[in-house]
Amino acid sequence: MTALIGNLGDLVIGGLRSTGRGAILLRSILLQLRFSWRMRAEIMEQMQVVAIGSLPLVITTSVFVGAVTAVQAVYQMQAYVPMKFLGVMISKSVFIELGPVLIALVVGSRNCASYAAELGTMKVTEQLDAMEIMAIDPVRYLAMPRFLASVLMLPIATILANAVAIFGGYLASVFTLDVTSSTFIEGLRLFYDPLDLIGGLIKSLIFGGIIAMSGIYFGFNTEGGAEGVGKATMTAVVGSCLSILVADYLLAIVLFQIIFNK
Amino acid sequence: MEARDTALPLLPDQRVADPASFAGVVIEGVSKRFGSKQVLDGTDLLIRKGETLVIIGRSGEGKSVLLKNIVRLLEPDAGRIWIEGQEVTGLNQRDLMNLRKKFGFLFQGAALFDSMTVCKNVGLMLEEHTDLSAEQIRSRACECLALVGLDNVDDKLPSALSGGMKKRAGLARAIVMEPEYILYDEPTTGLDPITGDAINDLIVKLQKELGVTSIVVTHDMPSAFKIADRMAMLARGRIQFTGTVEEVRTTDHPMVRQFIEGNATGPLGAF
Repeated sequence: MTALIGNLGDLVIGGLRSTGRGAILLRSILLQLRFSWRMRAEIMEQMQVVAIGSLPLVITTSVFVGAVTAVQAVYQMQAYVPMKFLGVMISKSVFIELGPVLIALVVGSRNCASYAAELGTMKVTEQLDAMEIMAIDPVRYLAMPRFLASVLMLPIATILANAVAIFGGYLASVFTLDVTSSTFIEGLRLFYDPLDLIGGLIKSLIFGGIIAMSGIYFGFNTEGGAEGVGKATMTAVVGSCLSILVADYLLAIVLFQIIFNK
Repeated sequence: MEARDTALPLLPDQRVADPASFAGVVIEGVSKRFGSKQVLDGTDLLIRKGETLVIIGRSGEGKSVLLKNIVRLLEPDAGRIWIEGQEVTGLNQRDLMNLRKKFGFLFQGAALFDSMTVCKNVGLMLEEHTDLSAEQIRSRACECLALVGLDNVDDKLPSALSGGMKKRAGLARAIVMEPEYILYDEPTTGLDPITGDAINDLIVKLQKELGVTSIVVTHDMPSAFKIADRMAMLARGRIQFTGTVEEVRTTDHPMVRQFIEGNATGPLGAF
């Protein structure tokens, strides 16, 4: 029993310590944003890595998300709700929840793992030490461009994902579910509220920060060799996914219950 | 500016009376612990400006830890370090960064940046800390690569280089800003004897041509004897012996004798 309480205490203290260190790292990254122009080449490079590398994943995920949403919606609606509401159901689901969250989980996991593994390998092979001894701040040179790229590119990926998901929903509805093209498009226009889209994009902006922070933090704090890199990568991805889900709930309350709910 | 005395007599415990007026590096009472293992335990050491000091000792005795403490890649738990009269242990981040520009560091595994070409690796410091044009940076990087005997590797990635070439590229990166101090962490470890000797020659050449102060950590005795002006033996968390190459060769100090003769029995133990 004593051991159990001890382990629980260690876990809580470890969690608090990580949170504190994460907050200090975030502050350092935000302070380094003033060098964004000077670091524009690295930032652009990271943005390309996120955008181009994630493109196939975004398109594949989104087209099926849209299609599945259409199939499930038709199944739920049949005999109760007119099909003209299909479009609005899909668009609202995609804009508010599915687009930002699924893209954050799928693309985010990819980027988070990539950041943690790359920076973790640099840590265990003394490349971070080499950078420090060269009087180059790794937070400015490595962390800030990745953070900014993730924060800026995730909303863009989400916009693309939203469009592709709607298109996937359209294809599934028209070609497999006997919904006419005009009914689907009429539904899309029905109850369209730009705040749904804006809310989703605000969420993805914050998710982009969470993903980058998790990858960078665990990468920078990697210990040991290959095993340590693997462990850091796994922890970063799990931490990022859990944080996204918790943040999603909190943001849903703040954005859609408090700010947008006039 | 006040002239610094490079010939202050060493006190028996490797301390100087006034570290702030010593030209070189003064390490005073530095301790470092990792978990339950006390790696450095009140280490004292002096490194004179312009000399090549080789720190020898068994693996795991804290030689690399001591090296990293000098430039604060690791923070000492206790003790103080001065470099040219400036107390490193008390520096803020900005001053520390400025001080580090005086240093080159050759890491054991070279620590070249995987994602950058060799040329970019070597030129990165110039890119960050000077106003030189891209052309000038490339030219200077090629010059340094040529100095360490590397030609036609500028646009290669480090993964395309052999171990010896990586070490030489790491050395080119370390000297690109013409540092006053170069720290070498096991420069010949993992290399074949011929490549290792070529690295030794480079270290001697750089010391002679650039007049740098070199601190070399190694347990490769032929290398140590070849490059050292002075040697220090680290064991049990402290410097146990310092002396010239000749003094090390002829000393009766049991730890030094056991180490340089490679005996499994003696005060250092076998495991």
